[in-house]
Amino acid sequence: MSSTVGAAPPRRAATPARHRPQPRRSSYRLGRWDLKYSPYLYVAPFFVLFGIFGLFPLLYTVYVSLFDYELLSGTREFAGLENYRVLLADAQFWNAAYNTVGIFVLSTVPQLIVALLLANLLNRQMRGRTLLRMGIVVPNITSVAAVGIIFALIFADRYGLVNWLLGTVGIDPVAWRDNRYASWLAIAFMVDWRWTGYNALIYLGAMQAIPRDLYESASLDGASAWRQFWQITVPLIRPTILFTVIISTIGGFQIFTEPLMYGHGMVRGGAEHEFQTLAMYIYEQTFTGNAEYGYGAAMSWLLFLMIIIFALINFALVRRSVKGEQK
Amino acid sequence: MTTTQALPRSVTPPPRARRGRTPGARLWEASPLTYLALILGCVLSVFPIVWSFIIASRDNSAVYDMPPTPGGMLFENIDRMLANEDAAFLYGLVNSAVVSTIVTVSVIFFSSLAGFALAKLRFRGRNGLLLVIVLTMMVPTQLGIIPLYLMMVELEWTGTLQAVIVPFLVQGFGVFMMRQYALAAVSDELIEAARLDGCSTWRIYWNVVLPALRPAAAVLGLLTFMQTWNEFLWPFVVLTPDTPTVQYSLKILSSGLYQTDYTALFAGTALATLPLLVVFLVFGRQIIGGIMEGAVKS
Repeated sequence: MSSTVGAAPPRRAATPARHRPQPRRSSYRLGRWDLKYSPYLYVAPFFVLFGIFGLFPLLYTVYVSLFDYELLSGTREFAGLENYRVLLADAQFWNAAYNTVGIFVLSTVPQLIVALLLANLLNRQMRGRTLLRMGIVVPNITSVAAVGIIFALIFADRYGLVNWLLGTVGIDPVAWRDNRYASWLAIAFMVDWRWTGYNALIYLGAMQAIPRDLYESASLDGASAWRQFWQITVPLIRPTILFTVIISTIGGFQIFTEPLMYGHGMVRGGAEHEFQTLAMYIYEQTFTGNAEYGYGAAMSWLLFLMIIIFALINFALVRRSVKGEQK
Repeated sequence: MTTTQALPRSVTPPPRARRGRTPGARLWEASPLTYLALILGCVLSVFPIVWSFIIASRDNSAVYDMPPTPGGMLFENIDRMLANEDAAFLYGLVNSAVVSTIVTVSVIFFSSLAGFALAKLRFRGRNGLLLVIVLTMMVPTQLGIIPLYLMMVELEWTGTLQAVIVPFLVQGFGVFMMRQYALAAVSDELIEAARLDGCSTWRIYWNVVLPALRPAAAVLGLLTFMQTWNEFLWPFVVLTPDTPTVQYSLKILSSGLYQTDYTALFAGTALATLPLLVVFLVFGRQIIGGIMEGAVKS
């Protein structure tokens, strides 16, 4: 049996040579097979790899969250919803959730508004267009870890650049880590520094698709530039705005590296967890030697639900407010 | 090559989708105030980067001196930073280059392959699959990190580079981007003509479609390379200090040195950022074009 199988490949390889008189038929058959199945072959690598390394882990999180992992013995025990019950009574979880939402709101709202205004400024005829666009988007290509380190020093309590600037106008130095809201502000600033220009370019791309004559007729009607911006530009790029809102929500709620590096690489997120985010708390519970995989997975799953809920809320909010401008 | 030569008339430059800028309808002129605001924005954007390079060039006793003027210690600081064996910075740089290159090549290949199939081949379930791919772009995969880590433990991949390569070989965003570009850049007649010439689907992909997709592939490659280079959380979870990526090395540097040796630390951030800055300066126009065409990544 095995010898037959072993002999098969060379024989098949020789087939085209033996059928040389009528190559058409075999290539026709191959062509049909090719037409019918090769599209699936071409999309398969994506679905297989994404399924294994993207979707499966996400869904498996639910399963892992139902177990209690024992660090010492390396075993796990079915715990039902116990992890979720403990989690909902865990003050540090709620603290991290509070920080995450706070930093998200503080960073995303100004970021998208400023990006809109910047895009509007970029959307005109000017010299040095490419240079200005590059200047505005350059923060996005720097590494998050490096940015975190740099801003940790800019917002240092003693000798920091910001406190020095505040000092020159007679304002007392701010405790940029011990004060919860100050730390949120600093981290939000870091996020905005990195993403505002990027979002501005996305908006600019959408704005350039708006036909110019719309503005021309509005000008003839005597509408000011500001009114044109709010009544023509913003409503017409609404799909893009909604898209960035969703993407920012998904990204913003998973924020990890910025607050980590801001706190000098410590996952604790400040002496009293002033700026510990959910992603940091998940990390603390799971990967710093605690190995509470079940607990971390339960938290991941709740974070996932939070992202969905907030994405829907933000979507509805923005859709309504932007529509209101159109009247 | 032969295929392309056989079809000289059909091989036309891809009809790039033009946005706005229709002839006749002119943009407003920018006012001086507009320039001022934009230049201010640029200064704010560039300043922290420049400032970090300045600190990297100073002596430790002068870190906080105002105003920020460069010192002459850059190479001493770099030497001292590289000498830190815990951080293994050079090794991290090499690892990051290897990982980013492999991931980039793979993402371009699989994205163009699937994008071509979804844009230009007819098969059952095509639209459904496309929808699934768009949805995968919205999935916060970071939340699956715990099972993924447990998988890596099972495979005994923790602490190895394949752990930060294999899970990122494909990307829904890339497939979608290539599909959109292939719709506009590859004409159906061209594919039909190649088929009549007896090309297999693979030959059509390799000799006709892939060359036509080159501009989009370049943008996708640049964005993927930068994103992989900057990836932090997953390498931090699954790698060990013995096999760091450059971001991991930075993390080790920052926890070890931040109280004592700022200038060495900033020499590290400068070196970690420099390759990306060079890429950006060379390919800035293409990267900007890619972002503006909706190249959104989270």
